[in-house]
Amino acid sequence: MSVLSVQHIRKVFKGGGFFGGGTDKVAVNDLSFDLVKGETLAIVGESGSGKSTTARLAMRLLDLDGGQVVWGGQDVTKLAGSALRKQRRQLQMVFQDPFASLNPKMKIVDTVGEGLRVHQPQLSKAERRAKVLETLQLCGLGEEALDRYPHQFSGGQRQRVGIARALIVEPDVLVLDEPVSALDVSVQAQILNLLKQLQADKGLAYLFISHDLSVVQHIANRVMVMFAGFVVEEGDIDDVFNHPKHPYTKALLDAKPISHPSQRQDDDGKQVDEGVAVEGCAFALRCPFAKDECKSFDMRMKDKVACLYPL
Amino acid sequence: MLEIRNLSLSIPVSGEHVLAVSDVSLSLQAGKVLALVGESGCGKSLTAQSLLRLGEFQGVAKETGDILLGGQSLFDISAEALRKIRGGVISMIFQEPMTALNPVFTIGSQILEVIHLHTDLGKVESHQRALALLADVGLQDGETLMKQYPDSLSGGMRQRILIAMAMAGEPEFIIADEPTTALDVSVQKRIIALLRGLQREKGMGMLLVTHDFGLVAEMADEVAVMYAGEIVEQASVTDIFDNPSHPYTQALMRCRPEFVQDGQLAVIPGNVPSPGDWAQGCRFAPRCSLATDECAAKSVALNAWQDGEHQARCIKVGV
Repeated sequence: MSVLSVQHIRKVFKGGGFFGGGTDKVAVNDLSFDLVKGETLAIVGESGSGKSTTARLAMRLLDLDGGQVVWGGQDVTKLAGSALRKQRRQLQMVFQDPFASLNPKMKIVDTVGEGLRVHQPQLSKAERRAKVLETLQLCGLGEEALDRYPHQFSGGQRQRVGIARALIVEPDVLVLDEPVSALDVSVQAQILNLLKQLQADKGLAYLFISHDLSVVQHIANRVMVMFAGFVVEEGDIDDVFNHPKHPYTKALLDAKPISHPSQRQDDDGKQVDEGVAVEGCAFALRCPFAKDECKSFDMRMKDKVACLYPL
Repeated sequence: MLEIRNLSLSIPVSGEHVLAVSDVSLSLQAGKVLALVGESGCGKSLTAQSLLRLGEFQGVAKETGDILLGGQSLFDISAEALRKIRGGVISMIFQEPMTALNPVFTIGSQILEVIHLHTDLGKVESHQRALALLADVGLQDGETLMKQYPDSLSGGMRQRILIAMAMAGEPEFIIADEPTTALDVSVQKRIIALLRGLQREKGMGMLLVTHDFGLVAEMADEVAVMYAGEIVEQASVTDIFDNPSHPYTQALMRCRPEFVQDGQLAVIPGNVPSPGDWAQGCRFAPRCSLATDECAAKSVALNAWQDGEHQARCIKVGV
């Protein structure tokens, strides 16, 4: 059974501007997925593709403009206030920036223990402290961390605190929004190993948002590739990465950093291709294979790819 | 040639001067890219900023050593001369294209400002020069672009504009501090190619500051690896990738996600020490799998082999 199910969700950001004259932006368009226990689904795409908005919609941190969100079999689309808060135990979030996402004035024991006050209010202070310690240890931190403040920790340690804070209420799903992109490589590896270990031990499901394809390839089972609010391709991680069907997926993979100087290619970098088409296939402006028909293509997935002429 | 000689820098930490860069020597040659690699807190950005004496605004102080531009020390020239060097001889490309541009001025006025600072061109020529600079970084529709404000542009476009501005004074040396970290993968590759292309075309010497070995593989000719305020290894880019010698360089290479073994990523235990918390003897020894008592005994000098082409600060390696 799926621990998180998202069906046909949609989000439109109203056009801004002082006179309200801006155009509406469809941030997420008709997106669906199911996440089961123990698996990792990655969402990749560039900034503005809608991947973080998708995470926030799944978390019910943003209001939906259409579609349905189901946590552990329960429809939470319409829930609000305390009814929603009670359900929040099931889904917890780990944020990108371990420097900005922890309250600098709160001791670690209070930050990590905060979720328990809501979800297990019957616990005494001592019991709460014991539970916090147990969770911190699970995340590779020791007793000395309890009474410290965030500024006394390195980036990697803070991200461990962020994971502990999410884990303490024993969720089924962790939504991880770029959890390692602010970290140094050596620390990134520690955190990725920790996440894999926790998943193996607890059967957690991860919704993993990232722009780093090497990281995604290492941690995910399945992947959704987003472009301009649309899912352009999805599938098993190895299938998609080894045999991309959408030209955008291929472009993303081709842009992966090289791992040895001998792989350098000649390119003067003067060609700028960053536009998004307003009508038809959103990627058509940048697509080396685009034809006239693409300008009127309605971007829907067929056989797990949203392209008229898949590769 | 732009040369850093035995430079040590201190930073203010709760009222005291704490050593953050110690005894660093590097030289930038025309037409070559030197990558300065390391994790956050290793002192690489401080070292790079010292080339323009920028850190001094935040209380960074030179303890010992010197920086020489064509033999002339940057520490005993007038404020006026230093201003001419900034942007005119040595230019900098910053990490954050979102904050490095002023949101309330048009792109045009920001580029023209830099042109006026470094040239005596008249109004019409300056405008032509601005268009040429934009075309150089791949932005063809310069006229329209110059009337726009930064917030209507993507991160990649803004980074191109910052690069164009850095080129305005026709510098001989360029310092690029993590020039692509804030950009999307697909855009990163293009910006890297653009930087590399311009650097070659104009024969500039470049100092590339980064923690990303992908970027190093794409751009560098020579690589210096920093750890805890000092250079621990220096070699040509192929040598660094093929024969990394210092245990820290080796460990950094291994923990990249593309090098997975048995489903686990290699890690370096512990954390990068802050300035002031450096170990006695070899500073990497507390995290090093090869470390013995001997390593902690006394500080380690850089030892060189291959006619001095490859250097590492480790008593366990070398020929």
